[in-house]
Amino acid sequence: MLRIHGLLSSGSEKLPGLNLTIRFIPGKMEEGKEVSRSVQESAAAYKIIQERFGTAVSALDANETMPFFEVLESGSWFEIALYMRDHAKLKFNYMACMSGVDYPAEGKVGIICNFQSLALLNHKLAVKVKCDRDGGCIPSVSRVWHTANWHEREAYDLFGMMFTGHPELKRILCPDDWEGYPLRKDYKVQERYHGIKVPY
Amino acid sequence: MQELERVGQGSVRVTRKSDKLVIVEKDLATEQMVLAMGPQHPSTHGVLKLECLTDGEVITEAIPCLGYLHRCFEKCCENVDYPAIVPYTDRLDYLSGMNSEFAYALAVEKLLDLEIPRRVEFIRVIVSELNRIASHLVAIGTYGIDLGAFTPFLFCFRDREIILGLLEWASGARMLYNYIWIGGLACDVPADFLKRVREFIAYFRPKAVELQELLTGNEIFVKRTYGIGIMPADVAINYGWSGPMLRGSGVKWDLRRNDPYSVYPELDFKVVVPDGKLSVIGDCLSRHLVRAVEMEESLKIIEQCIDKIPSSEGFNSRVAIPKRIRPKAGEVYSRAENPRGELGFYIESDGKSTKPVRCKARSSCFVNLSAMKDLSKGQLIPDLVAIIGSIDIVLGEVDR
Repeated sequence: MLRIHGLLSSGSEKLPGLNLTIRFIPGKMEEGKEVSRSVQESAAAYKIIQERFGTAVSALDANETMPFFEVLESGSWFEIALYMRDHAKLKFNYMACMSGVDYPAEGKVGIICNFQSLALLNHKLAVKVKCDRDGGCIPSVSRVWHTANWHEREAYDLFGMMFTGHPELKRILCPDDWEGYPLRKDYKVQERYHGIKVPY
Repeated sequence: MQELERVGQGSVRVTRKSDKLVIVEKDLATEQMVLAMGPQHPSTHGVLKLECLTDGEVITEAIPCLGYLHRCFEKCCENVDYPAIVPYTDRLDYLSGMNSEFAYALAVEKLLDLEIPRRVEFIRVIVSELNRIASHLVAIGTYGIDLGAFTPFLFCFRDREIILGLLEWASGARMLYNYIWIGGLACDVPADFLKRVREFIAYFRPKAVELQELLTGNEIFVKRTYGIGIMPADVAINYGWSGPMLRGSGVKWDLRRNDPYSVYPELDFKVVVPDGKLSVIGDCLSRHLVRAVEMEESLKIIEQCIDKIPSSEGFNSRVAIPKRIRPKAGEVYSRAENPRGELGFYIESDGKSTKPVRCKARSSCFVNLSAMKDLSKGQLIPDLVAIIGSIDIVLGEVDR
């Protein structure tokens, strides 16, 4: 039976040899401000990804509540995901959550994935991927993390973005013949569903 | 002697034709059969439907169909302000409402950067650990019923009723509490509450042992669960499993310890993982054992909290609750250890509105259930019941 070795104890000591220059998004966080240990770890992980993928990823938003970066070229998302999972210093083996989000002002919908290197390196990082609101596509990462399978179905169900390469992209929470994508901001509830009045 | 007659080719069936016995070689269907289990089935623990593709008694594929209890939790959240979401979170995992409220309150407090009074923190931990025991009691009791053991169920519900009575005394409701608010509590616990909790612990300790003996000492129960539905640790992590499910696979991972929140860092408790002596690591029995042993750990946590809790003198449970909850623009993903695993809340605030722009609940059951397809492949139909029971789903949280 497989066992996971090398469980890290959660200590509060400073990370040795971690002297980072984090690129802050102006207005989000002032330079020189004390950054917590978990954000430092996230920044270190981000740096490895950024070195490999360069301009395909945005700068790190190193906020305290959820440090994240955005994948600017959504086509490279699958490659980034594989790299994040398999790189020896990243090891993001655990996708905690994937939430779909609607950005009506930008005309986009997107996903936000929260990762953690569970029981290995213990660092966390969040990734945003966006695509066009109408007929936009995001590469599916369900082959990288099984968790993504149902989460992508849920995001498709509620927001209507497509996931290319997904094994069975169909609705999961709403009925198969439901019209519209309920969590979009401009969603109008259908009048009737199989002769049943919907809004009440 | 009756004359036998063979008709046709293929499998054989004997029928009576007037006074003669005839062997009819029926063309028996050898293709796979679709067997719909649920949505109304006692062993699916709610309105879950499993479309099973069966080859005789063996399941080749079981596809879960969800959504029968979808109540648009996330859409509702976008239309009410932050404090009004608390009652909705109760209805996610209705067997452990306190834990869900706790997780939600933690997320918004993180966004607001609030300081919480110490007594509030301790009360929160006490009630949510009590609720964890109640939830595990349901999980264990109904699991027994799934596998044909009726008595443990009655024992579990007898003891659970005491916990629900205690929580009702504190909050006014049996299951849907609306007790843990953002920044505080609805009210302080009643005067004798902690004393009664202590009495309950003394009462429940031997009962937990008895319950454990009833199930894990029962050969039928062990034979139904031992070595069934094995999930290796690395696959479990890849599936995003959490809570007792992940610990059942031998991964020592508990958010109360590994990503600590509230006063958990001050408390001493063990993260329970199976040792492989009684069960195969990762099988249904391991998951059951983790839940059973975890109840004891919860009792320990509650005891320590009662010892450490500051007195109620001059205490106002609502002192830290902001008058108007309007977090700064930003996002948060915060999680807490629920009886069923990691319950996370992703909340996005635009900084202007008193309603969240987006509030997503990362449900542990939803993610745990997604491994059903892999778990059930090649299992017998009766074992499927054992596997679903060991996942311990609450459809309110799966469908949201």
